[in-house]
Amino acid sequence: MGLDRRAFLKHLASMGGFAVASKTTQALAQQHFAGYPDSFGVLVDLTVCIGCRRCEWACNNVNKLPNKPITEFENKSVFETNRRTNAVTFTVVNRFNNPKTPEKPIYVKKQCMHCNEPACASVCPLKAFTKTPEGAVVYNPSICFGCRYCMAACPFNIPAYEYDDPFTPKVTKCTFCFDRIRNQGGVPGCVEICPVEALIFGKRSELVDLAHEKIMNNPDRYVNHVYGEHEVGGTSWMYISPRPFEELGFRTDLGTTPIPQYGRGFLSLVPIIAVTCPVICMGLYSFSKRRTALENAESKSN
Amino acid sequence: MEKAWTREAWVRENIFLGMSFRDYLKSNLTPFNFIVAVILAVGIPVMAYRIIYGLGPSTNLSDTNPWGIWVGFDIMTGEALAVGGFVMGVAFHFFGLTAFRPLVRPALLSGFLGYLFAIIGLIFDLGRYYRLPYPMFVSFGTGSVLFLIAWLVFLYFSVQFVELSPAIFEWLNMKKFRKWVLNLTLGATIFGAVLATLHQSALGGLLLLMPGKIHPLWYSPFLPLFFFVSAIIAGISMVIVESMLSHRVFKEQVPKMALDHAQFDRITIGLGKAASVLLFTYFWLKIIGVAHANNWHLINTNYGHWWLVEVVGFVLIPAFLYAWGVRNESARIVRITSIITVIGIALNRINQSIICFNWNADERYYPHWMEVVITVTIITIGLITFRWIINRMPILYDHPDYEIEH
Repeated sequence: MGLDRRAFLKHLASMGGFAVASKTTQALAQQHFAGYPDSFGVLVDLTVCIGCRRCEWACNNVNKLPNKPITEFENKSVFETNRRTNAVTFTVVNRFNNPKTPEKPIYVKKQCMHCNEPACASVCPLKAFTKTPEGAVVYNPSICFGCRYCMAACPFNIPAYEYDDPFTPKVTKCTFCFDRIRNQGGVPGCVEICPVEALIFGKRSELVDLAHEKIMNNPDRYVNHVYGEHEVGGTSWMYISPRPFEELGFRTDLGTTPIPQYGRGFLSLVPIIAVTCPVICMGLYSFSKRRTALENAESKSN
Repeated sequence: MEKAWTREAWVRENIFLGMSFRDYLKSNLTPFNFIVAVILAVGIPVMAYRIIYGLGPSTNLSDTNPWGIWVGFDIMTGEALAVGGFVMGVAFHFFGLTAFRPLVRPALLSGFLGYLFAIIGLIFDLGRYYRLPYPMFVSFGTGSVLFLIAWLVFLYFSVQFVELSPAIFEWLNMKKFRKWVLNLTLGATIFGAVLATLHQSALGGLLLLMPGKIHPLWYSPFLPLFFFVSAIIAGISMVIVESMLSHRVFKEQVPKMALDHAQFDRITIGLGKAASVLLFTYFWLKIIGVAHANNWHLINTNYGHWWLVEVVGFVLIPAFLYAWGVRNESARIVRITSIITVIGIALNRINQSIICFNWNADERYYPHWMEVVITVTIITIGLITFRWIINRMPILYDHPDYEIEH
């Protein structure tokens, strides 16, 4: 009997809106997108990088950016300042002190992280950014009007702008060498040139396993943290490091929530406000109209 | 021959304020206009420089600080202060506050112009300004708060034009059009209320996606609510400021107004009452924002002190000052407080998008002098446009040939 009643209630609920409602809540809870299953990534092993900056040269070369002969990249004086990406530099290598072994500083390559759920793509009013199934976040300059919201929203401060171009300025950033990686066997220019295999290109899911394996097998060599595995919902580029990441210019306060998630609550309120606001206005209008009518009638009868 | 004469007369009456062209020019030789001329003489070439040579040489914007005063002041602050038209429309039509009627049209006009000049500010800020209409026609980033804002501004701007157009048709003496467009007023006000509510909160929503960039005291999941409530306060306070200035600057129109001195003061005090209640609400909302994030420990830092300046100095104190003015029935105190409040809301918008944005970056932003000049020039053009319209159209007073609406 009890079972029957339960079954009956269940049917009743599914006939009504309950089933729909519970399904929607499930869908909302699962809104986090874990990344395209077969997307690519790069694992940067900071214990291996020697700071030769050949990746910078290769990047300039592939992306047809202003470049210098490769020998000039051996010049260590650029490490005096902490550099960031800019309109003509999609990747930079910075040097950080290693308090454990001061004679062996740590070199950190910086470029677009290619987030699973990119802030730049979600804030762009013109859909100029796309996260491709290959993992690259690519930019389409033909529809960009230059509001620079992507730059303001990027948690890693990566996109740069061609401020000095008066008529056709573009946002610039690492392309993950999309035209190369979309072809079978293609790898990004920086990965291809790296002489010490500090950059490992592969399926992101496999790289996550590889990173943990490396840390597990060499617990003295690495801190137990794969940067980019969960940061802002996961990124295609990930790092493993001999020192805590906050010492190396990484932001470790960004959390694991994808940036677009922060705006979704508000955006889902928009249709509700749009529908209820006119109703409230009309209600108030008829009340105030009625009040005036009553007042007029009263003053007449007096 | 006769037609030519009527056109000439029309131009004389409607454009040159009933003077001959020469007298009209002479009447414009005033000290205020001299200052305007100087600003325009400097500002317009600087504007041209920005358009021709680009953002690089004319701004201090950088890869780390992509937004400057054109976003933080011209757009964020400009649109908050332009919300008066919405507030007065709602108070008059939906709350039945018929006493506010004389202030509805001036508020609508300043709202309309506020939006117009915020859009003009945006043109200078956009890297490819000639693509301004792209969100409407070319590419739709439907998941973006900024896409939402673009559409809301576009629609709200059009709605405000509809709401304002009876005044234009009265000026042009086009009775049929006026009657037709008057039928749209109620619908336009409702639509406008929806748009303005969404738009003002969306400006806060814009910042929701920068949790790692904005100082925690200014970052809150309630930002859309903060922006909406403070925009209404800004709207009310701007109506007080702007009506006070209009009564001084356009003295010769005062006798035509349906409003004597005592009535005007009474309305001002009524607005002050609403502003006081809202400011107290806003103050508690800001406190709840800090409590919600448990950010109390940040209050005793440099940014925390700055936060106190904003929230105590420009929210709590004006809330009490407004209440004091209302209690003592002093329109003067209410008017002084309205100026403090307007400055406070501007300070908030600048804090949100400039001073406390990228607070943890090594590189800070200070406006380039050309950015300041262009902002000042835009405001100046806005002011003279406002004056031009006030001097010609029935905004501050009711046109004698037309019956009062509603």
